[in-house]
Amino acid sequence: MQFKSQAVAKPYFIAAIGLFVAQVLFGLIMGLQYVIGDFLFPAIPFNVARMVHTNALIVWLLMGFMGSAYYLVPEESERELHSPKLALALFWIFLVAAALTVLGYLLVPYASLAKMTGNDLLPTMGREFLEQPLITKVGIVIVALGFLFNLSMTVLKGRKTAISTVLLLGLWGLAIFFLFSFYNPDNVVRDKYYWWFVVHLWVEGVWELILGAILAFVLIKVTGVDREVIEKWLYVIITLTLITGIIGTGHHYYWIGTPEYWQWWGSVFSALEPIPFFAMTVFAFNMVNRRRREHPNRVATLWALGTGVMAFLGAGVWGFLHTLAPVNFYTHGSQITAAHGHMAFYGAYVMVVITMISYAMPLLRGRAANSNLAQVIEMWSFWLMTIAMVFITLFLTAAGILQVWLQRVSETPMGFMATQDQISLFYWMREWAGVVFFIGLVTYIVSFFIKGSDTKAA
Amino acid sequence: MSSAFTTSAARNIFYGGTVFFFLLFLALTYQNEKALPARDNRANLTPQVIAGKKIWETRNCIGCHTLLGEGAYFAPELGNVYKRRGGDKGGAEFIKAWIKAQPTGAPGRRQMPQFNLTEQELDEMVAFLKYVSEINTSNWPPNIEG
Repeated sequence: MQFKSQAVAKPYFIAAIGLFVAQVLFGLIMGLQYVIGDFLFPAIPFNVARMVHTNALIVWLLMGFMGSAYYLVPEESERELHSPKLALALFWIFLVAAALTVLGYLLVPYASLAKMTGNDLLPTMGREFLEQPLITKVGIVIVALGFLFNLSMTVLKGRKTAISTVLLLGLWGLAIFFLFSFYNPDNVVRDKYYWWFVVHLWVEGVWELILGAILAFVLIKVTGVDREVIEKWLYVIITLTLITGIIGTGHHYYWIGTPEYWQWWGSVFSALEPIPFFAMTVFAFNMVNRRRREHPNRVATLWALGTGVMAFLGAGVWGFLHTLAPVNFYTHGSQITAAHGHMAFYGAYVMVVITMISYAMPLLRGRAANSNLAQVIEMWSFWLMTIAMVFITLFLTAAGILQVWLQRVSETPMGFMATQDQISLFYWMREWAGVVFFIGLVTYIVSFFIKGSDTKAA
Repeated sequence: MSSAFTTSAARNIFYGGTVFFFLLFLALTYQNEKALPARDNRANLTPQVIAGKKIWETRNCIGCHTLLGEGAYFAPELGNVYKRRGGDKGGAEFIKAWIKAQPTGAPGRRQMPQFNLTEQELDEMVAFLKYVSEINTSNWPPNIEG
C-alpha cells in the first residue's frame, strides 16, 4: 500500500464479502423452493428471497467496485484520496441503507413498504432489480455522487492514466444510467424499453469499463508488463465492448412490443458481443505469459485469469447461445436465461471484484502476499466456486432446453407447472451444485484467517 | 500489436466509436418512439389499466412471474394469461377467482401469497393483464402456454 488513504477500501471489501454470503444463502433458499414449493412459505415467499438474492448481489458488487476504486485511484493518481473521511462516511450510509432495505423486504409486506417509503409520490418500485424503495434509490444517487466527487477530485489533481480515466468513465456512466430507474412510464412497452437503459447499459456497457480497468490495474501489478502495452489492450477491449454492446441492447427488444427491426439490430450486434470477452481472455493470458516478475501473490493472478475465461464463457458463449432472434423466440424468459445470468455475473463481475480483493487485501493488511498455506486455501475456494458455477449453469441449461421443448416446441405443449414437474431432477442437481458453491465461499472466507509462517512484509 | 498502432490511436478510436454508436442508439430510440403507437396498445391505456399496473408493481408480481418474458422464472408467464384463461369469455372471472383462492396450501407445491385485493383492485389487475395481452409482441410466446 503506497498511500495511507487507500485503507478506506478495506471496510468496503469486508462488507462486500458479507453481502456475498447473504446473497448465496438466499440463493440456496430459492433453489430449494424450486423443488419444495412451500419451503419457508409464507415467512419468506420466493419473490422476497429473490429480491434479497439479486439486490444483495448488486449492492455487494457496487461495494466491491467502490472499494476497488478507492484502492486503485490514489495509486494511479500518485496522491492521497481527496477525502478519506467522506469515503468512510459514505460507506456507513450505504451499508446502513442496504441493511434497512433488506430488513424492509424481509419484515414488511412489499405493498406496505411501498406505501411507507413514498412510492405514491413517484412510483418506481416493483420492477425487476429496481425493487428498492424510492428513498433507497435516492440514497444510492447521493452515495454515488459523493463517491464520484471524491474520486474525480483525486484524479483531477493527480496523474491521469488510461486506467483511472476508463474507471471513472465507467463509474460516471453507472451513476448516470441509474437515473433511468426513476423513470417509470404507465405504458408497459416504454417502461420496459427504458428499464433496459439501466440494466443492459450497466452490465453489457459501463460495468465492462470498470471490469476492464480493474483487470488492467491488477495485471500491471502482478506481471510487471509495460503500462503502455496494457493500456493499449484496455482501449481496444472497451472499444469492442461499446461498439457491440450499445446497439446490442436491441436483443432485449424482440418480443416486448417494440418494432421488428430490432430483431436485426439486436441479433447482428449482440452476436459480436463475445468478441471483447474473447479479447479479454487473450489479454489476461498474454500478459501473464509475458510477465517480467514473479509476484508472490499467485492466487490474485489465478483470479485474474479466471475472470477472463469465465466472463468469456458466461457472458460471451452463454449469451450468444440465445441471442439470435429466431433462437430467442423459443428461449426468451426460460431457464436458459437464468443459466446465462448466473455464469455471466459470476465470471465477469464477481470474479473481477475478488481479483481486486485478492490482490489488495494482503497489502491493506501490511504484506505483499498471504502465506503459501492461505493462498493454497484461497485457490481451493477458486476451484470449488468456479466448478460449482459451471455445474449450476450446465444444470440450468439442461433444465432450460427441456422446458423449451416441452412447453414451447412440442406439438402438444405442456403447461408451465406441468413442465416444471418434469425438470425437477435438474433443479435438484442445481441445488447441490449451489451447496458446493457455498462450501467454496466458506473456504474463501476461511483463507483470510490462515496465518502461515512465510508471510512476507510489504 | 504493432508499434504503429499507438495508445493514443486506440484511445481516439474508443471515443469516436463510442460516440458514434451511442448517437446511433439515440436515433434508433427516436425511431422506436415513432413506431410504438402502432404496436403498444396505448389506445387502451385507461385509468383502470394504469391503476392495475401499480398493483402489479406494489405486489412485486415480477418477483415470481414473467411479463412478456421478463421477470422471474418461478411461476407462469402472465403477458398472455388473459387469453390463456378464456379471453373475453371467462378470462376475467378465472383470474379473479385464482388470485382470491391463493395460497392453495397443497403440500410441497409452489405457493402464491394472498394479497387481499378488493373487488375494485381485482378488476384493475385484470384490466392491466388484458391490456398487456393485446400488445403486438411479434407473435411471442410461441404458443398459448407462454
